Amino acid sequence: MSESILALYVFVLACVIGYYVIWGVTPSLHTPLVALTNAISGIVLVGALLVTGAENAGWFAQSVGFLAVLLVSINVFGGFLVTHRMLSMFKKKK
Amino acid sequence: MDFLLQLKQLTAGLFTTGLSHDGQALAYLVSAILFIFALKGLTHPATARRGNLYGMLGMLIAIVATLAGAEVMSYGLIAIAVVLGAVIGIVIALRIQMTAMPQLVAALHSFVGLAAVLVAIGTFLNKRASGDLNTLLMGELSAGIVIGAITFTGSVIAFGKLQGLISGKPVKFFGQHLLNALIAIATIALAVQFASTGAIWALILMTLLAFALGGTLIIPIGGADMPVIISMLNSYSGWAAAATGFTLHNNLLIIVGALVGFSGAILSFIMCRAMNRSIINVVFGGFGSDDSGGDSAGAVAAQKGVKSASVDDAVYWMEDAGKVIIVPGYGMAVAQAQHALKDMMELLQARGVEVKFAIHPVAGRMPGHMNVLLAEADIPYDQVLEMDEINPEFQSADVALVVGANDVVNPAAKEDSSSPIYGMPILEAGKARQVYFLKRSMRPGYSGVDNLLFYQDNTSLIFGDAKDTIEGIVGALKGGGH
Repeated sequence: MSESILALYVFVLACVIGYYVIWGVTPSLHTPLVALTNAISGIVLVGALLVTGAENAGWFAQSVGFLAVLLVSINVFGGFLVTHRMLSMFKKKK
Repeated sequence: MDFLLQLKQLTAGLFTTGLSHDGQALAYLVSAILFIFALKGLTHPATARRGNLYGMLGMLIAIVATLAGAEVMSYGLIAIAVVLGAVIGIVIALRIQMTAMPQLVAALHSFVGLAAVLVAIGTFLNKRASGDLNTLLMGELSAGIVIGAITFTGSVIAFGKLQGLISGKPVKFFGQHLLNALIAIATIALAVQFASTGAIWALILMTLLAFALGGTLIIPIGGADMPVIISMLNSYSGWAAAATGFTLHNNLLIIVGALVGFSGAILSFIMCRAMNRSIINVVFGGFGSDDSGGDSAGAVAAQKGVKSASVDDAVYWMEDAGKVIIVPGYGMAVAQAQHALKDMMELLQARGVEVKFAIHPVAGRMPGHMNVLLAEADIPYDQVLEMDEINPEFQSADVALVVGANDVVNPAAKEDSSSPIYGMPILEAGKARQVYFLKRSMRPGYSGVDNLLFYQDNTSLIFGDAKDTIEGIVGALKGGGH
């Protein structure tokens, strides 16, 4: 199995997990779901770190990487925090 | 930051060079599992906050594992960018109004999209410098760039519409679909050209066209379809992350991308089902809706045989009611009436009235928008019910109070097969003994369809700003003497 096919395996299996997990999310939390998935998709940060920190990165690649790290960091920090803020508002009847 | 490098060099004996490749992969696996648990936490409000913490932990592990790995060799720029991004993100997250969540989400989607483009370009530059380019990699890079670019401009347009910077009306022009199709074909052709030859001009042109496509795809879609658009762009941002994962051979990005991509896709499906429209119809439709309007409300109402009522009428019916069901819509968000509604709810409950809230899936500008606004106003989530749960209860309700909603309670969706909204599932507010609509004017809802419920015998309209009206009701309930 080539590396690409392996990646495809991982992708398809993750899609199946996604399908079942997301259908389980209660509709009342759909806004936090969008905010949380937004924060999680900040995982692109990993790619941005690899580009910026690469040994052979030239100044242009580094600048591009810098901007990418900056943008997704906003996502990661802002996304998780705003999700937390929202979820803290959901209270049961006293 | 030199300190970190030194630390890595010192521990080099332990990890050969930085964290070993397998060690990193294992950390990524833990992180992926934590993300799955994070989403799983949203099954119930009681477990949701813990889920969010799992998500943060997963992200922390992923970042540390990446920085500790052998590929990252310099930290200075990274540290500056992360700190800057963190400060901006935290300030925004703390300050944002809950009514502005749709805009915030659109803006954040655009960042993920643009970052995916930048990462792909940066990866191309680095791999070219080290001579590791090949057709498959460049094909994957193209996918990342195209999806990321569409996500970026699409989200920017969505942000502009939600923020009121661009008209929320659907923008339609002749040959629109043909134009989109041509741009799409040209983009794919350029991607093939780039992948097979590595030509920079093809890369640049493809990137520009993909940016253009994101704009032309989203611009025709109207404000009322925003819940679908937000979900769709959410999905795109996930696919963009997954494509980045393929280019970097990084399974964590692939897994997360798939989870997020599917999340957005399922939300889009749920939103479309709630409007009885196909995703194709939403994307290419440009539904009704120029919401000009606002003739003198009372006059039009009288002409059409609509009853208008005063606050006191509504109070009279509600104060001794057994059950009141409130149907909030986007108008409630615009008027910021949720806090007044909470006061009203408490006063009614003190009189022994049962108060519930009925939420239609597409109420508001994004999925679950109403739930967050009601939660913000301290309304307990167990009194806020979804369409399927609440519909059987309308017939036993004495009053249905519709606050800034319209199409989602229109019986035309059930009765009039010629109506554009026919087949759309609705909240059956009309079955309550008395229906009160809080409305600004007689203008129709976003579908542009007249609401049959206005003319029903048990329906009355109370004209005015929703917040003022509710505050009037609150005042009357406090006064007591009716």
